[in-house]
Amino acid sequence: MKWTRKHLLTIQELSAEEIIFILDTAASFKEVSTRTIKKVPALRGKTVVSLFLEPSTRTRISFELAAKRLSADTLSITAQASSIMKGETLKDTARNIEAMNADFVVLRHSAAGSPRFLADRLNASILNAGDGAHEHPTQALLDVFTIREKLGRVEGLNVLILGDILFSRVARSNIWALTKLGARVTLCGPSTLVPATFRQLGVEITTNLDAALKIADVINLLRIQHERQRQTFFPSIGEYSRLFGLSPDRFRLTKPEILIMHPGPINRGVEIASEVADSPRSVILEQVTNGLAVRMAALFLLNGVQAPPADSAG
Amino acid sequence: MTIILSAEAMQRALARMAHEIVERNALTERLVLIGLQTRGVFLARRLVRAIHEITGREIQHGALDISMYRDDLNRRSSPPTVKSTDIPFGLDDKDVVLVDDVLFTGRSVRAAMDALNDFGRPSRLQLAILVDRGHREIPIRADFVGKNVPTSLKERIRVRMTEEDGVDEVGIEKVAE
Repeated sequence: MKWTRKHLLTIQELSAEEIIFILDTAASFKEVSTRTIKKVPALRGKTVVSLFLEPSTRTRISFELAAKRLSADTLSITAQASSIMKGETLKDTARNIEAMNADFVVLRHSAAGSPRFLADRLNASILNAGDGAHEHPTQALLDVFTIREKLGRVEGLNVLILGDILFSRVARSNIWALTKLGARVTLCGPSTLVPATFRQLGVEITTNLDAALKIADVINLLRIQHERQRQTFFPSIGEYSRLFGLSPDRFRLTKPEILIMHPGPINRGVEIASEVADSPRSVILEQVTNGLAVRMAALFLLNGVQAPPADSAG
Repeated sequence: MTIILSAEAMQRALARMAHEIVERNALTERLVLIGLQTRGVFLARRLVRAIHEITGREIQHGALDISMYRDDLNRRSSPPTVKSTDIPFGLDDKDVVLVDDVLFTGRSVRAAMDALNDFGRPSRLQLAILVDRGHREIPIRADFVGKNVPTSLKERIRVRMTEEDGVDEVGIEKVAE
């Protein structure tokens, strides 16, 4: 396959073939992090700017480490440290970054569609690191990478996404990636947080959690996104945990070869019990390792289409 | 396409190269073969087998993908397909024989040498090539050559191997203008 995209904005726009191509590339990049010298020169002389206008530790560090392992120069701008606080618009911040000849901008922003906004206006490659409740493409890619690595396939698997779907970009990107690769996706959570309109995306919605747990091959647990909720969607954390938390009792209903996934940060005792999070079936930390490989692959592929076609060497 | 190496000729060339590798290297644990993705990996495996037939010794081998080390990453219209690198041993103080199918500009070998640097410091590095077609752009030469083929820049060498292409043969063809 010939990779032709300059930006990574959504999973929705990717074909199954493109998703598989990224995953295969990521598998090769995973090996780099096992070497004594964990660095390759692929992005030497390139600059990667991470512009994180919403809090994030994991994703920002993962992108920065990925860029460093590819020998790119990195700099990081966070909301608190940027002129956004002084009233600068996103477009002006981005144009200033571009004036420094940045080649990549990794953007996290609370507004859905902001990565597209930048992609339409800047020469740099844009990577969406999470835009509002819209998409989080690299999270979905690392999730399907992990499933494929652990279970050997994605097609035909029953994947249960449990928790706050309404406010979750992870859920949306995962739904796109999983359904494109042929998995059967079921959503479950408080009915206020699992809108029926999601059925249009080709997924099942259930209120029978125990039944869904029994047939699931993979459970992806989502955190309650308190920061996006401006009203109360369920009575209390305690009740949420009782009704939807993955407790040891519920865990016992699952298949012996179940994969427990969580994009992090986990809230122990709320959506997941400690015993489950730390069980051998939990691949939460492997997701973090794979996230690095997936982000290296994404940067490498986007970098490959920097040059104008006239300059192509056959 | 004109065939320049048939299946038997390819096998004979590999057998001779295996003999030469054995002749010029002490057969110790230090000797390892590293094939360049994709066909260099198959050639390395076949050389390992041939060396085993000659000496009864099992030589360690690995696979190397050079995509991350290429010097033309910023000159291409699309990124290369990255294949796996699998070198399950350290390269410090090893006698390494790099194996590839075609030696042309020498740039792939240069990239491979850069890559090997990241895996250790071999005591010696040699190069085994199935077809040397000339036209070097950098000062690199092969130590073991299956066949020297004078070519023009308008020609292309096609190496096909059963592992990937279902048949063993090397051909030469004109590049469509």
